[in-house]
Amino acid sequence: MRAARLGDDEAYRRLLILVSAWLRAVARRGLAAAGRPREDCEDIVQETLLAMHLKRDTWDGTQPLEPWLRAIARHKLVDHLRRRGFADHVDIDDHVDTLAAPAAGEEGAGADARQMLAGLPERQRRIVEGISIEGRSAREVGARLGMSEGAVRVALHRALKALADTYRRGRS
Amino acid sequence: MKTEQLVSALVADRAGSAAPVGRSLVRAVAAGAVVSLAIFAVWFGPRIDLMPALATWRFDLKLVLVFVALAAAFGACMASARPVASGRWHRVAQLAALLAAALLAVELATQPSQAWGTRLVGTNALVCLTVIPLLSLAPLAVLLMALRRTAPASPTLAGAAAGALAATTAAAIYAFHCFDDSPLFVLTWYPLAAILPIAVGALAGRRLLRW
Repeated sequence: MRAARLGDDEAYRRLLILVSAWLRAVARRGLAAAGRPREDCEDIVQETLLAMHLKRDTWDGTQPLEPWLRAIARHKLVDHLRRRGFADHVDIDDHVDTLAAPAAGEEGAGADARQMLAGLPERQRRIVEGISIEGRSAREVGARLGMSEGAVRVALHRALKALADTYRRGRS
Repeated sequence: MKTEQLVSALVADRAGSAAPVGRSLVRAVAAGAVVSLAIFAVWFGPRIDLMPALATWRFDLKLVLVFVALAAAFGACMASARPVASGRWHRVAQLAALLAAALLAVELATQPSQAWGTRLVGTNALVCLTVIPLLSLAPLAVLLMALRRTAPASPTLAGAAAGALAATTAAAIYAFHCFDDSPLFVLTWYPLAAILPIAVGALAGRRLLRW
């Protein structure tokens, strides 16, 4: 994170990948404890990653990173469970759901997220798709859409905020 | 979208970072204070005897007390803007409480007990109760906007802390207008006047500062 603050993109990517693996374990445990189906797991991971990214200025650089990360993860997990109507007890019906539901891994997240991207304005959606799914740089996407690199970055930031809002309001 | 794909989008967005929490809160307080100072300059203005007043210990220590409270509220607001609590601002709050207690003790020791009542009621109580909430409106609004970009562990508490910071900012401005310098007056009416901004901040924070 420190390196990322100094402008090291690769360090930031490594950190996010590392954190998402850790988050996946945390989310799985949380969902299991609450008796929720595991297919929500990748949703929670992505929502938490988005929050961590958008709120990264709230990390105090003089403090260790882990407590901060854990606080954000807990906040998002609780938020998610509350939204799904989990009221601090494990419901039998939820277990039935789990057993009946097909074991979905990360693949399940694909369809979900495409739905979420579809909720974005056309231009923002194409920018996010270009950068994340097609793996282009901001400059390439800008050239294709006839926008400056700076404008692409601004639009990307707005799109990420909008995605975080959609998660927060709970789309289901 | 796979998580790895999301990561690519986040990395591409890395450079677009805002300021650290402390700096954005300082900016928010400054921006709000400018508006409040304008209102203050147009409708109220500093007391006429500002210069002689500066020579009295009561007025000077009133200012010191208000600014220490402002520092404590700033620390509280900054701590509440983060997902993990940090207790560093408690020290400043303790200092403010200690100072307040000392001032009160000196006032009670030096003034005859018959004078306590009049000094406590003062001449400006109602003005104080209206002007401090009025002057805290702009700082509170700007602070809440700034806090929306942060990640408070408790949105309600963060809103209340923003209310306290806005109220102490307003008090720091209002203190230059108010003739009542007795610690008895200051410690009664200033906190009472701060209740409204704190309550409004807490309610607004609950709605606006969720993340």
